[in-house]
Amino acid sequence: MSKKILLEHINVPGIETLEVYRSKGGYSSVEKALKTMTQDAIVEEVKKSGLRGRGGAGFPTGMKWSFLAKPEGVARYLVCNADESEPGTFKDRYLMEKIPHLLIEGMITSSFALGANTSYIYVRGEYFYIIKILEKAIDDAYKAGLLGKNILGTDYSLDLHVQAGAGAYICGEETALLESLEGKRGNPRIKPPFPAIAGLYACPTIVNNVETLAAVPSIVNNGGEWYAGIGIGRSTGTKLISASGHINKPGVYEIEMGITVEDFIYSDEYCGGIKNGKKLKAVVAGGSSVPILPADLILTTANGEKRLMSYESLADGGFASGTMLGSGGFIVMDETTSIVENLYTFARFYHHESCGQCSPCREGTAWMEKILHKIKDGHGTLADVDLLWEIQSKIEGNTICPLGDAAAWPVASAIRHFKAEFEDYVKNPSSISKVKHYHNMNNLATA
Amino acid sequence: MANITIDGQTIEVADGTTILQAARMIGPEVAPPTMCYYSKLKTSGGYCRTCLVEVSKGSEKDPRPMPKLVASCRTAVMDGMEVKNITSAKVIEARKSVVEFLLINHPLDCPICDQAGECHLQDLGYEHGSAKTRTDFERRTFEKIDIGPKIQLHMTRCILCFRCVKVAEQITDGRVHGVMNRGDVSEISTYIEQAIDNDFSGNIIDVCPVGALTDKTFRFKSRVWFTKPMNAHRNCDKCSGKAVIWYKGDDVARVTGRKDQWGEVEEFICNTCRFDKKLTSDWTIEGPKEISHQSVISANHYPANMVKPRELTLNNIKPITLIAGEIK
Amino acid sequence: MSEIKFDDNSLALVQSIIKRYPEGKQKSALLPLLHLAQAEFDGWLSVPAMDYVASLLSIKPIEVYEVASFYSMFNLKPVGKCLIEVCRTSSCWLRGANEIVDHIGNKLGIKPGETTADGKFTLKTVECLGSCGTAPMLQIGDKFHEDLTFDKVDSLLDEWSNKTEHSKYLDVNTFRKN
Repeated sequence: MSKKILLEHINVPGIETLEVYRSKGGYSSVEKALKTMTQDAIVEEVKKSGLRGRGGAGFPTGMKWSFLAKPEGVARYLVCNADESEPGTFKDRYLMEKIPHLLIEGMITSSFALGANTSYIYVRGEYFYIIKILEKAIDDAYKAGLLGKNILGTDYSLDLHVQAGAGAYICGEETALLESLEGKRGNPRIKPPFPAIAGLYACPTIVNNVETLAAVPSIVNNGGEWYAGIGIGRSTGTKLISASGHINKPGVYEIEMGITVEDFIYSDEYCGGIKNGKKLKAVVAGGSSVPILPADLILTTANGEKRLMSYESLADGGFASGTMLGSGGFIVMDETTSIVENLYTFARFYHHESCGQCSPCREGTAWMEKILHKIKDGHGTLADVDLLWEIQSKIEGNTICPLGDAAAWPVASAIRHFKAEFEDYVKNPSSISKVKHYHNMNNLATA
Repeated sequence: MANITIDGQTIEVADGTTILQAARMIGPEVAPPTMCYYSKLKTSGGYCRTCLVEVSKGSEKDPRPMPKLVASCRTAVMDGMEVKNITSAKVIEARKSVVEFLLINHPLDCPICDQAGECHLQDLGYEHGSAKTRTDFERRTFEKIDIGPKIQLHMTRCILCFRCVKVAEQITDGRVHGVMNRGDVSEISTYIEQAIDNDFSGNIIDVCPVGALTDKTFRFKSRVWFTKPMNAHRNCDKCSGKAVIWYKGDDVARVTGRKDQWGEVEEFICNTCRFDKKLTSDWTIEGPKEISHQSVISANHYPANMVKPRELTLNNIKPITLIAGEIK
Repeated sequence: MSEIKFDDNSLALVQSIIKRYPEGKQKSALLPLLHLAQAEFDGWLSVPAMDYVASLLSIKPIEVYEVASFYSMFNLKPVGKCLIEVCRTSSCWLRGANEIVDHIGNKLGIKPGETTADGKFTLKTVECLGSCGTAPMLQIGDKFHEDLTFDKVDSLLDEWSNKTEHSKYLDVNTFRKN
């Protein structure tokens, strides 16, 4: 099952350079697309591939592309969302750092398919060292005639630029990203209109995640059907999983969708099991926004089937017993972890990252953090736990953008699956030190 | 044209009309409350979430209900759409929580707030709020900033509707104030010490739904319900000169724009009319201004023929206890 | 404080950045220019620095203040020569971020959000920097320091004690100039 598409050549020395990347077949999709395919044919292949947005929402990419308005005489844009900020997620960074030309190749081929002549890669500002890597790679691509006027002698021209963000998780939301790219505050827009109709500078725009665009070259080279044959059901292809937390081998792994969660956590090919021989307590499977699941439910669905690493299997059971693949930010927690304290770090995160435009998110995220702070310090009451539940339920679905939901779901799921632990924090504050979070002071001192 | 049904009442409206506009055409009994939407300001609305409604039928073509409540001020009607406002339990619940969110950091300083009696947050609280407070955390405060001799900014009262920023952007030259920071510490500010002072800057007072922006020339002069509002006009080279002058005894205590039944000014007025024309001789009086504020404080004090109070039910009255109980 | 004016090299970069966007959309250059201003003018954005950026882009100063205050990487107050940003969200917390913050705080005698009396160090806690697999981590300038141990932290502090330059997210060579 160890199918590699994106990371096939990741260990080739010098793969970050244009020469080595090309020697491994790099940029062949640009050749093929620009010289032998029509724009519509490429969109068709991407549709056939079943590729879904890898940033978290999982929306079918081909369908998104087909929504792009094409009014006469109006510029169209492709914008790559490299504002990777979802806690637990670090795969785009890995991809851009190790094999930057794969993204650039994906951008050129996709920009051609969409009829865009200027495209941007919006990278979170904290990744400035990656911006340097991308700028160098883009420079080399220009010099090789892969960017700029008349690419590879065709009549297609494309300018590709990197834009730096400046510290705002909300800019991962596509309309906030476009606002930010226009030099404004990262406030999500009220939709409709969607970017495919009126996006960057009010022109038709497609925003895709790094990993999504990096998958396009292989689809163009091998055909949509080939890609659709990989993976399981509607979860086609491979997915990058960022694995972190209490595991022996944290890192970025490319998996073929459909491997079992158990295999992913315990096999030496991937996470290599729980650190220090401890037991698994819980997993956040798709980045901080998705519901946390206790060990039994992440390994096995409520129906007793083995849980698989796929969009459908992880979502099996809905929010009552399931979760989401999300961005693939896979955070593993061992038996010593305090769910309450972990949740507090999430609540603090969403409070910090709320843009402040709409009242449920602006006020609700701050309120939830305050209450969790109180509970974690042993000053909470049972009524606080109920109130927390109530607040999250009033944020969910009532906000301008999905950040509200993203802030609500971790709270809801933690209470849903670990209510006893919250009650323990409230009723028996003196016991908190016992369940208090994982201390690895020794590791820090000696490792 | 599109047929839309709101709380059982059907109306035919032009394509592109929003649910809120259609509801207002039907009448106040079905119109959702608004705190940030302002029909005279482009791109306003969508932020406060008080106007959320349930779309129980998307359209004739696609009758599926919408999965989430939608902001009626920013959602266009579709032919055959069916909307539930006060007939939806989900909407009532959501609205109640929005009121709660707006109030958790709002100082309950109504007794010393010049906006009391004509405050939209008071109205909203009376009509849609809950009688209980569920937070005892310290309320948010801000460093005070001075925005000039005519306008008082009380940032603690601000609910971030962004109307004042849109006024500055859309009807004045040279915007000098805006939104600083983000999240729950977002703040309306000039950032550097600077007066918000131009020919039309006073309109930010009129569009403010709460007491965050008030008229310094009227500050602490009178509770509004002790004043007598009169429609009046004057020849003005900057604006239409159509205003409301508010008498305290025989003196003109303040001048504002004329507001319609939704609390929106009909026309923006200039600062000369607003701040500098405080003599009866400056104005031609047209007659008493009808006030349609629902606020219970107003209802008790405006002369009966000037108000159209909503039917008072127990449910409406309950939150008064909240105000009385909160401020000692 | 240095004079608020970019040198020729930076001005050339400003021009090339503005060219990345369509005619009339020069406001798009605001974030990159604020980064450059912060790097060039002592690691923070003073009002004159922001007004200068506004003038380069022909936009109102208030538009710059609004944007600068929105993004967490822009410092609107002076910071130490070395700005230490320690991530403390979930994965980093799971692997000891709080202990790293405490360790640095104890060593420098400051709390998060504070600057040492000599103006050398500012300690800041930040939210997820995308280094969860190599937690705990901290960022100084554009460098990620990962898989932290107390020893690693100590040697970083030693290294920066001896430096005279400011930590910077970018320099004038980060972006292409064509």
